[in-house]
Amino acid sequence: MSSRDQILKSIRNQIVAAVDHPGLAGDWIRYDDRVAHFSSVLAAVGGVAHVVDSSEQILAQLKQVPAFAAGKKIVSLCAEVAGNVDFAAVEDPHQLEDVDFAVLPAQFAVAENGAVWVDDADVKHRVIYFIPQHLSFIVPAPANAADAIVDNMHQAYERLSFGEPRFGAFISGPSKTADIEQSLVIGAHGARSLNVFFLRQ
Amino acid sequence: MKAAQHPEEAAKFVANDARAHWHDQALWFVREKRDRMAVSLPEWEELRNTASQIKLHTVSRMADYLEEFERNATKLGAVVHWAKDADEHNQIVLSLLQKIGAKHIVKSKSMLTEECHLNPFLQEHGIEVVDTDLGERIVQLRDEAPSHIVLPAIHIKKEEVSETFHEHLHTEAGNNDPNYLTEAARNHLREKFVAADAGITGVNFAIAETGGLVVCTNEGNADLGVSLPKLHIACLGIEKLVPKAADLSVFLRLLARSATGQPITTYSSHFHGPRPGGELHIILVDNGRSNLMGSSQFRNSLKCIRCGACMNTCPVYRRSGGHSYGTTVPGPIGSILAPSRDSKQHKSLPFACTLCGSCTDVCPVKIDLHHELLEWRGEIRKRGQLPMSKTVPMKLTSWMMQSPWLFRFVGAVGRWFLRHLPRWAIYHGLNPWGKQREMPEAPKQSFRELYQIHESKKASDE
Repeated sequence: MSSRDQILKSIRNQIVAAVDHPGLAGDWIRYDDRVAHFSSVLAAVGGVAHVVDSSEQILAQLKQVPAFAAGKKIVSLCAEVAGNVDFAAVEDPHQLEDVDFAVLPAQFAVAENGAVWVDDADVKHRVIYFIPQHLSFIVPAPANAADAIVDNMHQAYERLSFGEPRFGAFISGPSKTADIEQSLVIGAHGARSLNVFFLRQ
Repeated sequence: MKAAQHPEEAAKFVANDARAHWHDQALWFVREKRDRMAVSLPEWEELRNTASQIKLHTVSRMADYLEEFERNATKLGAVVHWAKDADEHNQIVLSLLQKIGAKHIVKSKSMLTEECHLNPFLQEHGIEVVDTDLGERIVQLRDEAPSHIVLPAIHIKKEEVSETFHEHLHTEAGNNDPNYLTEAARNHLREKFVAADAGITGVNFAIAETGGLVVCTNEGNADLGVSLPKLHIACLGIEKLVPKAADLSVFLRLLARSATGQPITTYSSHFHGPRPGGELHIILVDNGRSNLMGSSQFRNSLKCIRCGACMNTCPVYRRSGGHSYGTTVPGPIGSILAPSRDSKQHKSLPFACTLCGSCTDVCPVKIDLHHELLEWRGEIRKRGQLPMSKTVPMKLTSWMMQSPWLFRFVGAVGRWFLRHLPRWAIYHGLNPWGKQREMPEAPKQSFRELYQIHESKKASDE
């Protein structure tokens, strides 16, 4: 008998009382000011949130980030900011090893934990979320930035469907570790900084 | 192999009093962060209840969900393998690596691959495995095992990390700055990521409904590890399954808050099938898990999401260190899981517990940890695995207590001895109670005598 059949048989041989799925309806937390809550949680995990009305405002903010101003290799997948790498022409993700800064689109944000959701629908190499030294996300927002932010993770999953695109992630702040004596260090393997722009349209 | 004995190993750890206190404080700090996060959500208890029910539901339909997962993952282009034990798991990984001639592997933290002893196995076959989580890399360079499932290097001081890095990564001698040391590890591991032929990850959650996998890290090491090479091998214990993607809302809200006191891990990545041009192999591992399902006493332990909250709060774990448990998963949950695999080998672990119940209080999926630990003690007695140091005194006590006059007599003798014998006659090897603490002061009267005095006084007053 194959291991597959052995394992399934071993499981089916156990007597386990049926338990119903509890359902996910609940009185889950909501916030009066989602923008303020998102911003404070993101700040607590090492990131910065901005609400802006134009690409000029994004550029003005980015220029104050030294890594952007001094960055040699910049990938931008957002029309608002110009990069200098032809991302579509990159065949091997290893070529992205020395990217200094990336400006990438994010779909929406979550107030309770300061995360944004990203996927690889229009992003050829998913490593671009992890390999740049510094990272910024632009989240399109309707008239009000709060419209781009859900309160909690239950609302977040209501917005998501899976299968295609194949990769998606909640990203909350820059890469970090506290493995040496619980001292928080920002910039473990991934981005050393993270800015999130809500662009009102 | 000699059975690992927690008390002996713990004695080595507490021999360094300052270090034991430092370890205790470090974990208590994490426990307090968890508390702040738990109270930040008014629905915390409702989340715990929901998570617990979802897990029980999944266990009750495990075979169906595994088949559903396999079907959907295969549809997405992943290849699903089944391993009944650690050996088979390791063989599958090896054959996948050999097929592409892989020599250099990056791995993100996976307690399952630790459980299967994958690293030494692959190294024997000439394959370099680099653990990429910073804490894991530190213990790997020091040739140690992780001492905690979420904080693998919690037992190591920064001065020691500095020495290890100086030796292996040629960092400045005596530079103990965590920022400097982390930067050195970042640069060292980047080279490994870029040169890797394949990436291995564990899995935090697998979704039956979609055939997807979720991996949670703060460092982004799992993602970097599998986004550069073409081959991704995901090693998955069958208990990591959840029915639907939406169920993750509950678990992702609980996991990081319970583990480290963060609102969510920095990266919670959802993998559905291989990336374009790449390969995704998923190994479903049983290794004793299915046996636990049928046990009404211990089934609950399969709900574990490996957050480590029970370790952070456990007064015994905090003061005895993770290595004293001699298992991949230490602490309260490890003391349940390990004897279920081999109760003879791990018979001392259920006794490494004060039954204070703190683990049960913090467990995000409401595993009745301290009840199960007590159950295990009875089970170990039933299996005849208790040491004589526990069975003989118990038998003697039971015999003595069955006879009132003997009980009174031994009590009187004992009180007299405690008052009059010299210390050396009381504090010695036959009295383990007196090893680390003072014996109680012997009262002048027994409770029975006090009661009789009280009663006769009451009678004369009336």
